[in-house]
Amino acid sequence: MTTPVLDVRGLAYAYPDGHQALYGVNLHVHQGERVALLGPNGAGKTTLVLHLNGILTAGAGTVAVSGLSVSKDTLQEIRRRVGIVFQDPDDQLFMPTVHDDVAFGPANLGLRGDALEARVRRALEQVGMADFADRPPHHLSFGQRRRVAVATVLAMEPEILVMDEPSSNLDPASRRELADIVTSLDVTVLMVTHDLPYALELCERSVILADGVIAADGATRDLLGDADLMARNRLELPYGFDPSFVAPRR
Amino acid sequence: MTTTAEVGASHGHALHHHGHSPVHRLPAHTKIVALLVFVLAVVATPRTTFWPYAAHLVALLAAVRASRVPFPYLAKRLVVEVPFVVFALLMPFIATGPRTAVGPLHLSEAGLWGAWALLAKGTLGVLASLLLAATTEPRDIIAGFERLHLPQPLVQIMSFMIRYLEVVTGELNRMRIARASRGFQARSLRQWPALGATLGALFIRSYERGERVHLAMLSRGYAGRMPTLHVLTATRAQWVLSGILPAVAVTVCAAGMVNA
Repeated sequence: MTTPVLDVRGLAYAYPDGHQALYGVNLHVHQGERVALLGPNGAGKTTLVLHLNGILTAGAGTVAVSGLSVSKDTLQEIRRRVGIVFQDPDDQLFMPTVHDDVAFGPANLGLRGDALEARVRRALEQVGMADFADRPPHHLSFGQRRRVAVATVLAMEPEILVMDEPSSNLDPASRRELADIVTSLDVTVLMVTHDLPYALELCERSVILADGVIAADGATRDLLGDADLMARNRLELPYGFDPSFVAPRR
Repeated sequence: MTTTAEVGASHGHALHHHGHSPVHRLPAHTKIVALLVFVLAVVATPRTTFWPYAAHLVALLAAVRASRVPFPYLAKRLVVEVPFVVFALLMPFIATGPRTAVGPLHLSEAGLWGAWALLAKGTLGVLASLLLAATTEPRDIIAGFERLHLPQPLVQIMSFMIRYLEVVTGELNRMRIARASRGFQARSLRQWPALGATLGALFIRSYERGERVHLAMLSRGYAGRMPTLHVLTATRAQWVLSGILPAVAVTVCAAGMVNA
């Protein structure tokens, strides 16, 4: 078995105010997988995500990315390997232009000059935003900003792309365009989402996080089709949506 | 490396007037230095002679002409000076010392000189600043300050301010609409607590956003220093061109001092 891209073992975490959010999470993600992380509000999804690149430090247990464990000394390399796309693009895009924002990450990795420009251009091309490089982010539409936010992370050539609610606040066309971009990328993806049809469309495998532990791990189609499991974890499909009627992913 | 406004860039800031004049094309840091020297020369010009101020104004208007920014565009934005004008108009009435008769009024001599100096120097300074803002993109002004080695924290604060001004005003506007939709009208003093609560909520939201932005920056390898992406450069010819206005101002100032 190869080294998993993401290897989380027995991860537990309590916030400084004493609130315990994670109670021993075990999660392995292998190269090339796209995994949806499902769970109701307050289940600890965001807390888990912030452990993956060392923003939060585990109270107990370990996180390793491609065999490199997250610790103080490895933070810079871990943050290159794990690219997090946050939910609100206005939080992620803070530089004066799209170009500068996409360049921010690779420049922090020490890239300069032509190598940096090539990274920026390629990342913007991957999300179809190359024509917008000189624009200030606040003049873009929401969907465009979300795509640029993905590019800012792709420019660091991460080993795993972690997306927090990628489809939230997108109109259906932007939502589909983002799905096309995600499927076109050759990168491992962990996607936190409440959008269950989106999870079914993009991710073969899903895990359900509930009350700070992984409550289920399996094929997305099977999990979404298990009415008891869904109800136990406060997950609901949209009205009229039946996963068994959806054609299998190609 | 692109530092000047180019194709595809949009120009949404209220002070910036899009154009491609020689003044627009000067690198930002040369214009900032020119503005600083010009303002210092104006401030140092003795106030007891009038002609140097006329000369400063003529030189500045020539620069405006060269920038092809329509004068009414700048004139409208001069209203930012109004509080100072009010103060200047009050000075002859409230200053002490010997008085002189101006029509039916007995006004303080020192106050009159003070008002004249404040108006003349203030107007020239504001007009020159507006010219810089009209001919330079906000992000280029920041790059210019960075090039001039203004401390990093100040540069970052300015940069974030420009980036998030619209986000925060947008949030404020949504809160105003939500208030109004529930029948709120700020008519009397009694309604001020609601406005205060709005500002408080806005402060908390902005503070929390600041924390989220910081997390996003850390996630992309930020370690306390912004990477320098654009290094502004200026040729000798550009320095000379940007130096014309301040050179004239310094000469006029020196001549005024000799004559005074």
